[in-house]
Parts: sequence; C-alpha cells; structure tokens
Amino acid sequence: MQGESSHAFGLAHHFDSFDQQREASYLGMWVFLVTEIMFFGGLFTAYVVYRSGQGAAFAIGSHELDIVLGSINTAVLIGSSLTMALAVWAAQTGRRKAIVAFILATILLGGLFLGIKVVEYSAKFEHHLVPGPNFHWQGPEAPGVEMFFNLYFLMTGLHAAHMVIGIGILLVVAILAWRGSFSPENHNLVEGIGLYWHFVDIVWIFLFPLLYLLGRNIQV
Amino acid sequence: MSDTVTTPPRRKHYLNVDYGIKSWLLTQDHKRIAILYLISITFFFIIGGVMAALIRVELATPLGDLVEADTYNRLFTAHGVLMVFLFLIPSIPAVLGNFLIPLMIGAKDLAFPKLNLGSWYVYNLGALLMVAALLRGGTDTGWTFYTPYSSTFADSEVILTALGAFVVGFSSIMTGLNFIVTIHRMRAPGLTWFRLPLFVWAHYGTSLIQVLGTPVVAIAILLVAAERLLHIGIFDPALGGDPVLFQHLFWFYSHPAVYIMILPSMGVISELIAAFSRKRIFGYKFVAFSSLAIAVLGFLVWGHHLFVSSQSIYAGLIFSVLSMLVAVPSAVKVFNWTATLYQGSISWQTPMIYALGFIGLFVIGGLTGTMLATLGIDMHVHDTYFVVAHFHYIMVGGAIMGYLGGLHFWWPKITGRMYSVFWSKIAAGLIFVGFNLTFFPQFLLGYMGMPRRYHAYPEEFQILNVLSSAGATILGLGYLLPLIYLFWSMRYGERAGDNPWGAYGLEWETSSPPPTLNFDEPPVVTTEAYDYLSLREKKLA
Repeated sequence: MQGESSHAFGLAHHFDSFDQQREASYLGMWVFLVTEIMFFGGLFTAYVVYRSGQGAAFAIGSHELDIVLGSINTAVLIGSSLTMALAVWAAQTGRRKAIVAFILATILLGGLFLGIKVVEYSAKFEHHLVPGPNFHWQGPEAPGVEMFFNLYFLMTGLHAAHMVIGIGILLVVAILAWRGSFSPENHNLVEGIGLYWHFVDIVWIFLFPLLYLLGRNIQV
Repeated sequence: MSDTVTTPPRRKHYLNVDYGIKSWLLTQDHKRIAILYLISITFFFIIGGVMAALIRVELATPLGDLVEADTYNRLFTAHGVLMVFLFLIPSIPAVLGNFLIPLMIGAKDLAFPKLNLGSWYVYNLGALLMVAALLRGGTDTGWTFYTPYSSTFADSEVILTALGAFVVGFSSIMTGLNFIVTIHRMRAPGLTWFRLPLFVWAHYGTSLIQVLGTPVVAIAILLVAAERLLHIGIFDPALGGDPVLFQHLFWFYSHPAVYIMILPSMGVISELIAAFSRKRIFGYKFVAFSSLAIAVLGFLVWGHHLFVSSQSIYAGLIFSVLSMLVAVPSAVKVFNWTATLYQGSISWQTPMIYALGFIGLFVIGGLTGTMLATLGIDMHVHDTYFVVAHFHYIMVGGAIMGYLGGLHFWWPKITGRMYSVFWSKIAAGLIFVGFNLTFFPQFLLGYMGMPRRYHAYPEEFQILNVLSSAGATILGLGYLLPLIYLFWSMRYGERAGDNPWGAYGLEWETSSPPPTLNFDEPPVVTTEAYDYLSLREKKLA
C-alpha cells in the first residue's frame, strides 16, 4: 500500500505521479474555461439577438464609446498576456524571482486596464448613458441605444469582474512563488492562472470589435 | 454474521477512521462528502415533499378552500425549485456518483477533493438563500422564473430564490468538472473506456451537461436579477427587450437538466439489471454511447418548450423532430435492458424491483414525451396536467426510482449493514402503486383540459383529483418507510459483508464500508465490465 509518507513533496495523496497530477490539473482548468465560454456565451447570444433587430441603434451606441481608450486597453491587455506567458515560462524553467516579477507586471497591466475602464465608465455616467432610470438619450432610437448600453455594461462589467478575480488569484500566486512553492515538476497553479488570464484576454479580443468597432463606419 | 465478535482489533474504514463533527465538515474523502450530500438532499426532499402534500390536499376539492391563490402559487414554486435544484439535480451524482465513481474506477479519490467538499458548501449556501426566500414569504413565479413577470411585475422574493439557484448551479458545475477529470485521468491500470461500468458512462454524459448547460442558466438568472435590481430592460418589451430570449436561455439549460436527472438514474439501472440477471449488459457499447447521444441531443431540443411562445413555425418543426430523436437512444437503453433480462438468472431483490419499476414508468414517461414533442398535440395539452404527469413520470418515476434502487443496492457498501428485506420490498411496492395512482389520473385530467398551476378547478375533475391525492398519500408512506428502516439498519442491521449481492465490479472487491483510500491493494483490471460468465465459471471450478 502506498502510504502518504512515500509520496513526494507537493504530490497530493490521491495521485500516483506528478504527471497524473499535472494532467488532471490542466484538464480541470480547460473544462472550467469551457464553462466560462458558455457563461459569456449567454451574453453574446443576447448581443447577437438584439443587434440583429436593432442594428442602427447599436451603430449609434458604438459611436459613443471612446475608441482611443478602448484601443489602448486592448494593447495593455495583450501586453499583460505576454507577461503572464513569461511568468509561466519562468515557472517551467525554475526561475523563482522571474516568476514573481512577471506576475507583478501582469497585475500592474491588469490594474492599468481596470483604471482606464473606470475612466470610461465615469464618462458614461456623466453623459447619462448608464442604463436605468437616469438614462437620457436625446437622439433617435432611444430604446435600442439603451439596450446597447445594457449589453456594454453587462459584458464589460462581467469581463472586469473576471479581471478583478484574476488579479486576486495572481497576488496569492505571487506570494507562493516568492516563498518558493513552485518547481519545474510542480507549478500547476501558475499554469492554471495563466490559462485563465489568457481566456479573459481573449474575451476582450471579442468584446472590443463587437462593442467599439462594428457599425463605426456607418454615418449617424 | 457473527464474525464481528471474533475480530478484536476493529478494521479501520472511512466511517470509524475519525470521529467528531470537524472530521466530517472538513473531510476531503469523497465517501464522507457523499454522506454529507445525502443528509442535505434528504432534508430538502422532505421539505419539497411537504409542499407537494399541501398542493395535493388543496386539490382534493374543487374549491380553493385550504390556501389562497397567491399562497398556492408560492407553494408550487417552492415545490418545483426545491425538488429540481436541491434534490433531483444533485441526487444521484452528488451522493451515489460521488461515493462510487472513484471506487468503480479503482481510484483513491476524485481528482479534486477540496473542490468536492467546496461544492457541498456552495450547495448549502445556495440552499440557504432559497430557505431565506421561503421564510420571507416565498416566490410566486413558478420554478421557471419567466420574464417579464419575474423581472418586472412579481411582488415576491424572486431575487433571493433565483440567486439561490445561481449559487447551487456552481456546486453542480464543480461536481461535473470533478467527474470529467476523474474519469479521464484517474482510472486504474487496465481499465479502458470500454471496460468502464455503464454507471460511469452515464455520469460522464451527465457531467458534460452540467458543465455545458449550467453556466447558461446562470447568466440568464443574473440578467433577471440585474433587470429587477437596476431597472434596466434586458427582457422587458416596454424597454426594447425580448421576453422570449429569457425562455431560450433558460431552457437551453433546463431541458438538458432533465437529462442531468435521468441519465445517472439510467446508469444505476444498468448496474442493477446486470447484477440481478447475472449477465453482461446486452449491447454494452450501444448503451454506453446512448448516454452520450442523450447528452448531445439534449442540447438541441430546448425549443419544444416554446411551441406556443411565438417561436417561428419552422423552428417549431425542427425542434419537434429533434425532440423525437431523443427517443432513439432512450429506446436503445430500454431494449438492451430487456434483452439483458432475457434468459438471465433473475433474482427479485429490492433494488431489482426498483429497476423493473423504472423501466415500466420510464417507458410511459418517454412515450408521452414523444407525444408532447409532436407540435399538434402539444398545442392541445400545453400547460395542462398532461405535461405535469409526463415530467413526473420521468423525474419521479424515472429519476427517483433509480435513486432509491441505487441507494438500496449500494447501502450495504456505504454503511456495511443490511436493511430489512421485507420492509424494503413493501416500500418499493407502495412507491410503485402510489406513484401510478398519483400521476396516471393527471394524464387524463390534462387531456381533458385541466390547466396546471391553479388552486381551484371545475367539479367534473374532482374524482380524478381525489384519486391523485389518495395516491400521493400512499406514495408519501412509501417514501417514509426507507427513511425509517435505512436509518434503523445503520445500528441494528445485519453486517452485510463485502459483496452481499454477488455482484461484479471493483466497488464490490474492497471491504464494506471501504477504507479511506478505497483499496488496500491498488487494483489492476484485466476483464470486461459485468463479466458474470467468468465469475460463474470461477465458482464452479
């Protein structure tokens, strides 16, 4: 019988080998990301349904978004994915300090993204473009424009919530990395949060064109 | 058996390895977590059952004399919400699946033990929200939370109940994710996919639905809550929204959710039929793939809930045909079970009575489902008791019969004790008779046009309603009995031995109750599942 004493450090009691533990951990993360795709998928469906009926209003809405800030944020987020990938590389090659440095860079870029998002949100608030009782739109297609902003805030808001959770987990992983909890054989947590971070990045890659770019060529 | 007296050093198993409330609440052992789930879901089954009893008492007379219309709405909503989200969906996966999957595949535990324990806490958190909603007066939208009533007009605890369902959904996702990874990565050496017990295949299909479907209903619920809280108009037509979109998102999960309830039950039945016919399941691969087929097809049929919701006639036609296709893999299972019985060495143990009962009731539930999938008939019986009877035949006649059959089959493994054979057979008979008496009259009522969700009805419907209420009393008694004799058996039941049924499978090769790490020697698999032929030859030799 394999007692726990015969187990290597960092190998959970119910796994036979690091390989098995790693494969389970990755598969688990991928399955989780599938659930995330379905979660966001509901919102994307709502977007497609309403856009197909109210294309003109959605075009008007997209003109109200700040394309400069949106583009900067896209670049910031892609940059954060780069630093995240480098952190994973550092973990694979056993560079303890590099893991911490790259994760902190990722956190910094993620924070910058959220900061820019706050600037964008507060501008919408000042212009009475936040849906609800205080929403005011003088131009045409008012209900459709409000629907556009419903979806804008729900989709980017849900995305931002995922960023906040991601940053929280990254902080924990950074502390663990600093303490030397990861080795080239056993760094599943870094790989896992890396996958998660890239996923959140990819969601934005879809959100940005759908909300900021589509319909921008139409004169309103 | 008296060998307990002669073995002085007590064998350590998962139940006596540690005592005290903390050793249970912080356990990471899948077997203990299964017991925790068993306690939770039994509690909510009883509450949901009391709601059902009140409904049946009200409907014993045509007048609404026991409760007001509004109270009645809150009653059937609570019954539906508790039974669907807190009992049926977690029932077999979180209790029997949790306990058995690692045993059946020769693993020490599920892949993520902490996630498993976490899922139980998440479940209870969601349940707490629902109970809070109940204590504050309940919800009156029906378990389906249809918009715009739920999002704009309902003056009840919609948000709390819906958020409860949202939170419980995550426990379901956690369980499904854990099963998928475990089945992929933790199988014992030699245990190939086509040597897996069909119970495991059924749970694999179930887990796929849990993982793919639950997030969609989660976002739908979140949108309803946002609409109520922030006064925005996602589904409100007055604000440019589309209420039917909610129905699409809701049923995209909630129809497959029916298969979350029935698929594990089918997995149980495959085990029972094989064990008590002493035969390998006829057409093993067909039965295995039919589970996956049901899981996949289940995602393509949600539109049959929208036949009268302004869905286009062409969409209706396609959803109608796709819905009927589900009958094919379902029939594959039923025919294969029947073929397994043929020339089998059948023994009439209690679990087998449940299994045979399941087949009969499931066939009726399935055939009426095909009727409801037919556009023309559905227009006639939509939102009548015909629908109520149909889905109770699947969920109660199907899912709960399978759950109870499984619980009786593996009880000796779980507790190490045997229950009273006599009383368990009485209970199985009462449940079968009581169930049919409760729900068969509802088919007739629905076909005659009695709509669901009303607390009063015209006098000509009374005889059938009284029959139904009488049946519910018998059914309630049938459910009460196992509660008593199973509990009793834990202390006074005979010691069961490791394999009281002479069944085939890894879970029967370890001791009862199993040790914490499941097997004293890591098992190696060299044979097919249900290899009863070689078991018999071994015995003869």
